[in-house]
Amino acid sequence: MPAQPRPTIWEHAQSKGVSRREFLTACAWMTAMLGLPVSAVGQVTKALETKPRLPVLWFHFQECTCCSESFIRSSHPGVADIILDKISLDYTETLMAGSGHQAEDALHDTMTKYKGEYLMLVEGSVPTAAGGVYCCIGGRTSLDILQEAAAGAKAVVCWGSCASNGCVQAAKPNPTSATAIDKLISGVPIIKVPGCPPIAEVMTGTIVHLLAFDRIPQLDGLGRPKAFYSRRVHDTCYRRPNYDAGLFVNSFDDENAKRGYCLYKMGCRGPVTYNACGVMRWNGGVSFPIQSGHPCIGCSEGNFWDNGPFYRHLPNFPGFGIETTADKIGLAAGAVTVAGIAAHAISTNLRKGHLIREERDASEDVRDGRAEQGGS
Amino acid sequence: MQKVTLGRVYVWEIPVRFYHWLNAFTLLVLCVTGYLIGAPLAIQKASEASFSYWFGEVRFIHFVFGYIFFFNFLFRIYWGFAGNRYANWKNFIPYRKRQWKEIRQVIAVDVLQADNQPIETIGHNAVAGFTYFMTFLAFLFQCITGFGMYAAMSKAWFPKLFAGIVPLMGGDFAVRQWHHVFMWFFILFALVHVYIVFYHDYVEGRGEISSMAGGWKFIEKEYHPTLKEAKTDGSAKK
Repeated sequence: MPAQPRPTIWEHAQSKGVSRREFLTACAWMTAMLGLPVSAVGQVTKALETKPRLPVLWFHFQECTCCSESFIRSSHPGVADIILDKISLDYTETLMAGSGHQAEDALHDTMTKYKGEYLMLVEGSVPTAAGGVYCCIGGRTSLDILQEAAAGAKAVVCWGSCASNGCVQAAKPNPTSATAIDKLISGVPIIKVPGCPPIAEVMTGTIVHLLAFDRIPQLDGLGRPKAFYSRRVHDTCYRRPNYDAGLFVNSFDDENAKRGYCLYKMGCRGPVTYNACGVMRWNGGVSFPIQSGHPCIGCSEGNFWDNGPFYRHLPNFPGFGIETTADKIGLAAGAVTVAGIAAHAISTNLRKGHLIREERDASEDVRDGRAEQGGS
Repeated sequence: MQKVTLGRVYVWEIPVRFYHWLNAFTLLVLCVTGYLIGAPLAIQKASEASFSYWFGEVRFIHFVFGYIFFFNFLFRIYWGFAGNRYANWKNFIPYRKRQWKEIRQVIAVDVLQADNQPIETIGHNAVAGFTYFMTFLAFLFQCITGFGMYAAMSKAWFPKLFAGIVPLMGGDFAVRQWHHVFMWFFILFALVHVYIVFYHDYVEGRGEISSMAGGWKFIEKEYHPTLKEAKTDGSAKK
């Protein structure tokens, strides 16, 4: 008996009692999420009418679940609902109803039935120290689970900084050898959606792209979707004009802070952080850290925990103890250099002095000799 | 009393001198503006951002001089193949035995001052040449990291060529940090460089300082490239 074709997203929605009007509204929302013009609504609608629901496995490894928390708080009404409806979320430790063997069965069913077709979402890094025992689920190490699931995945999405670059548990000294996902698997497209957590709309936007176009979104050099990570927080920051005007907050309690000047000197990582915070903002576009008067800590960049302290523009210099910046070392090296020059200059006069005097004497002789010749 | 007879040698051609002073000026501007970008002045004033743009201008100057620096550097590399023997690239890379011998010699004579044997080189000595080679590598590093960071805020195609360094170094933060650290390399280099030029002029009296203005050095006859013959003839007659 031939396998029954999987219902399309539209068919599935109908079975859930969704009206055509509601479906089209959802399609329009998704188009907006992707940042596409109204003219693309038709394309998205067609895709969702013809494409079967995407089976999705959502894994939780070394993480705090802030990515899931962010995701389910997608601001636009029900965007997350739409996504959760449109995809077939077959396994996710924190949101699924089943548990124990039921959960494991669901996971294995999807992995075998939809081999090469399912989408794998990973939240959290994977510890590799001590054979991976620091993170075990159902008696297996996360490394084991990751490698098995990734082998049959269509694509892997790394949710958050943990999966993308290790985040806090990979900060020095990284006792569990927490490792980013892309360093552990190969042969499958990987999309990184860093942030601690990532912005909800960025997460849903990435999923919608995969859903609507059945294609990996355009990625930058570090594997992040260009649609959300191609510009620095600094470039879209509403305080940017203050930066260009040289108006900076010098301490958190000064007049400039009250005036809302640029937080660059307070260690703001906006100029080195690629994210959409300045545009999309958080909690339904209410605010983002800089708007609340706090410098960006660069949570979507690799090693952001080790690039501390957060409230200084220059980081501590590795190997030179705390509170040592490149400038302090540079100044010290400059002082040593000047001292060395002074010592060398003294030494030159002591050790080469007689040579210089000899030359001078010889020069005098020449002049005197000429004078004698002239006189004779 | 031994008489020292000197002959003039045209060492630094106009392109080398032009490169040198443009490079010196550009580095000065880049270090000053670069430092300001890293640690802007603490100005307390109440004004709307639309009334001033000084920080934007500092950055603009830094970027413009970045371009000047890069193309001046490229020109110098070209001149390492087209220029005279003192400008040639071979002076900068110690790949010959003679250069290593001279490195040991210069360290003994000029650095440790344990010895007073004469060093025959007319242009860059082997230590200086190698140091300049290191600065060229630092130039390259600053150009790559600088344009790499600039790529994110520029629409021009040229900085984009360097954008690959950012993912390679793990993000803008690390790139900025190392770009900043290397600024100190140039400051230390300038201190030592200026001192050593004075040192050579003081000890050897070959006109080291003025040579970068007029191009001429005054070289003892026995090491002079064209007067050598005359000298040996003279001593033979004696």
